[in-house]
Amino acid sequence: MNDLHTAKAFDTDLQDLGRMVAEMGGLAEKQVADSVDALAKRDSALAQRVTQADTNIDALQREIEEKSVLTIARRQPMAVDLREIVGALRIANDLERIGDLAKNIAKRVIALNAEFPPPKLIRGVEHMADMVLGQMKAVLDAYARRDDTKAMVVWRGDEEIDAVCTSVFRELLTYMMEDPRNITFCIHLLFCAKNIERMGDHATNIAETVHYVIEGRPITDQRPKGDTTTIAALRAAGDK
Amino acid sequence: MSVASFTVPTVSHAAVSTDGLLEKVSIRDLDFFYGDHRALKSINCSLYQGKVTAFIGPSGCGKSTLLRILNRMYDLYPNQRAVGHIRLDNEDILSPSQDLNLLRAKVGMVFQKPTPFPMTIFENIAFGIRLYERLGKTDLEGRVQHALQRAALWDEVKDKLNANGLSLSGGQQQRLCIARTVAVRPEVILFDEPCSALDPISTAKIEELIDELKDDYTIAIVTHNMQQAARVSDFTAFMYLGELIEYGDTSRMFTTPNDRRTQDYITGRFG
Repeated sequence: MNDLHTAKAFDTDLQDLGRMVAEMGGLAEKQVADSVDALAKRDSALAQRVTQADTNIDALQREIEEKSVLTIARRQPMAVDLREIVGALRIANDLERIGDLAKNIAKRVIALNAEFPPPKLIRGVEHMADMVLGQMKAVLDAYARRDDTKAMVVWRGDEEIDAVCTSVFRELLTYMMEDPRNITFCIHLLFCAKNIERMGDHATNIAETVHYVIEGRPITDQRPKGDTTTIAALRAAGDK
Repeated sequence: MSVASFTVPTVSHAAVSTDGLLEKVSIRDLDFFYGDHRALKSINCSLYQGKVTAFIGPSGCGKSTLLRILNRMYDLYPNQRAVGHIRLDNEDILSPSQDLNLLRAKVGMVFQKPTPFPMTIFENIAFGIRLYERLGKTDLEGRVQHALQRAALWDEVKDKLNANGLSLSGGQQQRLCIARTVAVRPEVILFDEPCSALDPISTAKIEELIDELKDDYTIAIVTHNMQQAARVSDFTAFMYLGELIEYGDTSRMFTTPNDRRTQDYITGRFG
């Protein structure tokens, strides 16, 4: 969008919305990084801060919703303008969910305070988190630049995260079979891995929204998926 | 200026699903001149039976001109001429042998400002019917009542049919004009900014009326109100500087227009 509206205030409204979404994206990224950091460093204080900071993301989402509704009521947007607003609403929703998932990881860090898994077990989860953070950064960048090509790269890139999630799942399963005392922290860790995998799904949702905002139609292709934990569970049970 | 020298504008006619629709009016290679000024340039467009087609575009783009050609209104003015083809069913309405009174009975028009005649409400409707038909008193009363009912005005005026048409409110006057148009049993109704002088409630009533009427007629509406076009029409044509820029399903035109100029216009980025 190069040309400006005759009503300049409308441009300001849309720019404000975009800026709020970008700010929310930054907050969500920080929450994800901090929650995994707290997990890796067994830092309960940091985890505590993450659970508290989630309210900022929630508040921003509410602001974006209010601003969107007001802009629709005031400007009756059409075509690309309407998609901009619908896009902001949808992305804000996904970011809010990502924030919730980060908060859930932080809560598990606090719960795990007594017994902590060996660091090498956390490494797989950390690796997943790095990949998801990369996806989030790329997709927020694609949104800021309205870059459909970049969004589509993110959309296709989720498969890899799914694959790592499956391997973390297998690894944790082995530990649990080895010694029942490992089960508690392995389950917590498994939830953390699943949370991160879901964050990746939200990043691909955002990529779909970016595509919709730019092109005006949804992606009709099937997204490649690499999460085979459901099949892996069956195999592990069958291995016995 | 020879016809052959005209460049054919590229019109974005994206896939419009017209399966099962009857092309009531077909406009082909239409040019229109005010003296030497070429106000319409190679317009190609269709109006479908039972559907509402909206014409949108900035002032001076030719949309009202196009509407005025459809019932040969321009014939009232010297130095105005149309070149090309417009077929209503299978009849060429631009043909010099076209009976204009018959054409205007078939193609009714409602204008921007309500134009009731300075006579009673009853006579406003009966006047037009008498021009075309000889009816007995009872039949005539029945036709007037039916027309007023179709225009959703009957309940408001049935007790004062002898009151002056000008005593009605603006919205009622406009519906009276619609009743007058409907009374002579047209096949096509042209609305030229029918709501621009009306308040929002009267506007909603007219829009509701258009929705009710469209099953029985072929309707074309010119409007500056984009939301109105989006609400009432099935097809939308965007015109600019005398050209038809884009034509398509209303649902697509207002969400994902193909032409940049259409998008700029409907989103308020023009000029």
